[in-house]
Amino acid sequence: MKNLKFLLVGMCFGIILIKSEVISWFRIQEMFRLQAFHMYGIIGSAIVVAMISILLIKRFNIKTIHQEAIIIPDKQFNWGYVYGGLIFGLGWALTGACPGPIFAQIGSGILVTTLTLLSAVAGTWVYGLLREKLPH
Amino acid sequence: MDIIKQPWPWYVAGPLIGLIVPALLILGNKTFGISSTLRQICAACIPANISFFKYDWKKDTWNLFFIAGIVIGGFIAAHLLSDPGPVGINPKTIVALQQQGIKDFSGLLPQDIFSFKALTTLKGFVFIVIGGFLVGFGTRYAGGCTSGHAIMGVSSLQWPSLVATCCFMIGGFVMTWLILPYLLQL
Repeated sequence: MKNLKFLLVGMCFGIILIKSEVISWFRIQEMFRLQAFHMYGIIGSAIVVAMISILLIKRFNIKTIHQEAIIIPDKQFNWGYVYGGLIFGLGWALTGACPGPIFAQIGSGILVTTLTLLSAVAGTWVYGLLREKLPH
Repeated sequence: MDIIKQPWPWYVAGPLIGLIVPALLILGNKTFGISSTLRQICAACIPANISFFKYDWKKDTWNLFFIAGIVIGGFIAAHLLSDPGPVGINPKTIVALQQQGIKDFSGLLPQDIFSFKALTTLKGFVFIVIGGFLVGFGTRYAGGCTSGHAIMGVSSLQWPSLVATCCFMIGGFVMTWLILPYLLQL
């Protein structure tokens, strides 16, 4: 039951993704062809709002609803961010979807993207298999 | 109701997505990110004795609820809150894609490529299956996707996330401008 609230937040996220057409392959193409501001505006304004929220949380020492201190773990750079990032970018432009939107696409009834998801799970699995041999 | 049924502009959708970050932090100290759920699905279903998948995935079941929510939200938005019609992209994008062989602009994704019928063709296989593989392999290698790095990471001022985000964009530009024209000919 304690996870039900995250289901509700996920629902809101899914609705926003569909209503803003972020999950559309056409929108992603338009972005990478630099022919519209739409996607840049969404990602950019999301970052600004999230950044202000995090600053406020830190400034006023806001706690979680369970009265715990909010902690955001720091990320340590490794070269996987570069290699993996480039590979993900190639896939992003091909499928028109990143992991979040794939789930929204499936929910909206575009069932063929279930295969995109299964393939993405397979990709993650192969990464796990090869992880020690890959440069990081 | 009309406002809800129309597609939402960026200045409505973007800030709402941004608010997911503090919502998850305040509701349970969770950092926004979707691609880790793919790892969890592997750990839960096909661990295969790989060390990367041997961890206590049950501690993070919250994000499985989160993605289930995304699926439900997608269903609600598409069936109850939408005015189905073609996506209003720049006419220049339509012309460019038509020249490269896309015919169907009626839905969110081009039916020419993304349909079960197209899956049996080389083109459909490359876009759906190879594309999905690159997404899954790449996000895990990069330690996150657009939500985890571009939104959560950059907004919490983590420079490695900015590097990852720039690489996402470079990969996307390379695919769109240099490789996609050939793949669309398949």
